[in-house]
Amino acid sequence: MSEQDVQDWIGKQIAGNDVVLFMKGTKDMPQCGFSMQVAQILNHLGVDFKDINVLEDMSVREGVKTYSNWPTVPQLYIKGEFVGGCDIVREMFQAGELQEMLNTKGVANNAQTQTA
Amino acid sequence: MAMAADDIERLIKDRFPDATVQIEDLAGDGDHYAATVVSEEFRGKSRVQQHQMVYEALQGNMGGALHALALKTAAP
Repeated sequence: MSEQDVQDWIGKQIAGNDVVLFMKGTKDMPQCGFSMQVAQILNHLGVDFKDINVLEDMSVREGVKTYSNWPTVPQLYIKGEFVGGCDIVREMFQAGELQEMLNTKGVANNAQTQTA
Repeated sequence: MAMAADDIERLIKDRFPDATVQIEDLAGDGDHYAATVVSEEFRGKSRVQQHQMVYEALQGNMGGALHALALKTAAP
């Protein structure tokens, strides 16, 4: 795949899934502590998300950094919007902002009843 | 590869002269840091934008020489 093909492919994943997590490893078997934290937060909130293991494809691993102008993985996207990496997601979760964002954007999660 | 805390602080201070920068070496191995950066320049910016500004200041070291930098940013 050319670099442009990779960018297109990444764009399609993000457009085609409400919640996408680019991570090292999979949601069932994360291979990096930061990726694991984000996956755990999403699982805790009962959010259905697509996991993309960047360790399986070097071009995606590098491509996603270009895509978002963000130098690290994990990277979380909700409804097409780049939310952030581990620090931001954790901060937002602790402040209740992530739950709020999921609700505002109409993504099913188990915090719905408390904030709706 | 690792980076000294002083080098990280210098790069950030070069870009944000007004910033208060706190750096903590989490594991004592010169490779896992937590940084808190408070600068007027962050005002009105989203978290993603704030972090992007710091990553830019680190000139490509983030994700390279610098494996782990837990980042917290805020306006004063």
